[in-house]
Amino acid sequence: MLHRYPKRAAFIMLILTTLIAAFPLWGEVVFGSQANFILEKLTLMLILALFAMSLDLLVGVLGLVSLGHALFFGLGAYTLALASPDFSPASMWWMLPLVMGVSACVGLVIGVLVIRTKGIFFIMTTLAFGQMLYYFISTSQFAGGTDGVFIMFRPSLELGGSTLLDLDNPYSFFYFCLGMLLVGYLFLRWLTRSYFGQVLDGIHDNEHRMQALGYATSGYKLIAFVIAGVMAAVAGMLAAMQYGFANPAQLGWHTSGEVLMMLILGGMGTIFGPILGAFAYEILLYIYEHTTTHWPILMGVTIIVAVLILPRGIAGLIIAPPWHRKRQTSAEIVGKESKASVSAQPVTQSKED
Amino acid sequence: MRDEIVLATHGLTRRFGGLVAVNDVDFDVKANEIHAILGPNGAGKSTLINLLSGEIPPSEGQVLYRQQPIQGKSARQIARMGIGRSHQKTNIFPRLTCLQNCELAARIHMGGVFGSWRSRQTAQKVSERAQEVLDTCQLNHRAYTTAADMSYGEQRQLQIAMVLATAPSLMLLDEPMAGMGREETAQVTDLLASLTDRYTLVLIEHDMDSVFRLADRITVMVDGCVLESGPTEQIRTSEKVRDVYLGRHDEEAIA
Ligand SMILES: Nc1ncnc2c1ncn2[C@@H]1O[C@H](COP(=O)(O)OP(=O)(O)O)[C@@H](O)[C@H]1O
Ligand SMILES: [Mg+2]
Repeated sequence: MLHRYPKRAAFIMLILTTLIAAFPLWGEVVFGSQANFILEKLTLMLILALFAMSLDLLVGVLGLVSLGHALFFGLGAYTLALASPDFSPASMWWMLPLVMGVSACVGLVIGVLVIRTKGIFFIMTTLAFGQMLYYFISTSQFAGGTDGVFIMFRPSLELGGSTLLDLDNPYSFFYFCLGMLLVGYLFLRWLTRSYFGQVLDGIHDNEHRMQALGYATSGYKLIAFVIAGVMAAVAGMLAAMQYGFANPAQLGWHTSGEVLMMLILGGMGTIFGPILGAFAYEILLYIYEHTTTHWPILMGVTIIVAVLILPRGIAGLIIAPPWHRKRQTSAEIVGKESKASVSAQPVTQSKED
Repeated sequence: MRDEIVLATHGLTRRFGGLVAVNDVDFDVKANEIHAILGPNGAGKSTLINLLSGEIPPSEGQVLYRQQPIQGKSARQIARMGIGRSHQKTNIFPRLTCLQNCELAARIHMGGVFGSWRSRQTAQKVSERAQEVLDTCQLNHRAYTTAADMSYGEQRQLQIAMVLATAPSLMLLDEPMAGMGREETAQVTDLLASLTDRYTLVLIEHDMDSVFRLADRITVMVDGCVLESGPTEQIRTSEKVRDVYLGRHDEEAIA
């Protein structure tokens, strides 16, 4: 069944999550004085994973390829940067709803305009909106032009006057990002398996039929577009906290393209795939950058090879490993020949989580 | 009650450029009847159905559904008024399971997605309804099979199940048995026959045996025009129909 994966996938994700969550315990042993630098990289990967996951709702689940998703990422970053006071930290309890509210409003306005288009036209209109905001921000005085805006103080997370989590501490911030990613993942997992998610799957498969059944498909697509935008904006806010500034590059089409590559690398439509994709992409990027100055060529080749041999990305490799795939197809043939579909069903059901 | 006219068209015309696909068609459907539309390929049968379901607008003329013109309404609105349809080409959700396909169809007519979320009862009713139509269409053993993995005949049956799941007061079926084997055709014919007391049906079908067995009335179309329309017995024995249409096709079917 769609959006149900073998136990193996949950198992692998759980191990990886535990490993990352336990990094403060083993980081220094393995990386020595480099541990802080690696922690910073890991934090960034967690943020990008949230960003990639949000795009998956549009591209993988709904089947709408956006080349302007960085618009929301940058929007989150700039909302935080511009709303933060210069001489004291803002409260996270205000900042998070503000970022979500602003991105929801922008998502609604842009969504109404782009959601009626499909395929190449959706790509072009989302790209156009992204570039418009990029141009606007990078030429605006109040947003610091091409220099961007610096954030003097990271927002604080307090409860009843005492600090709940010191976000200035790299370790606490790392866990804060991990928590946000987990919340985002659980939310999308619930959403894709819900009645609403079923409608999105239906639209992906056959929008025309959905309309003939009586569904107002534009409304559902708009809601998904806004949700994806809000999640990307939260990721952008975290990124701005991590870097200490908001920069026009964060909302350009280059960033939109990169996150799309993470998605392709990780496996579209699986929600957990893009998380793996973001990590894989950043690790590869780091290795390639330190190997040669011509690293974009290496990255390009990697993406092309990945598309050719792993059409469903890293997630596809976990869901249906090549050595499993052969066994499955022979079982399928037997099933079809004897028409023993009744007995075949419980087997596939029990395999899926 | 039985003679109540559910749907009627007046001078319905649809042009595609210079081609008149549906030409000045007057046509009506009575409650609880099966009204079959016969005609060679390209006669305009599918176009007529598309006009009735609002998927394309007419060039001229009118469609009245329960005395109300459906002009200007979208396919979605018309679907929600109770006109359910299936398409000539298989038109399902391939990645979803058979049951999920029917649930999607049932849900929109039973309070929608948000209704299912709000009330457990609604959610329960939706899945009961979906199970029920799978039973009716003898697909319950396939409930958890991904639609793409089913045989062609089963997919065609699923199409009918999905229309049933929307509990329509008028069903428009465009060649539901196209491409099916003899056995499957007989099975679906039985299924449709069992629906007559509860549903009103407009049926496009090529299989003569099925049409003559099922239909209460038949309208024969040629080149977008109505050649003849009347009770099944009248069409079966009509010289005009025999010459123009049946003669060209399957002599034995009417013998
Ligand atoms: N969307 C369309 N654009 C142009 N011509 C069309 C379109 N749909 C149908 N036609 C033409 O209208 C005529 C009737 O087609 P159709 O209604 O599909 O016939 P039938 O279902 O009886 O085989 C055909 O000549 C077909 O080519
Ligand atoms: Mg046709």
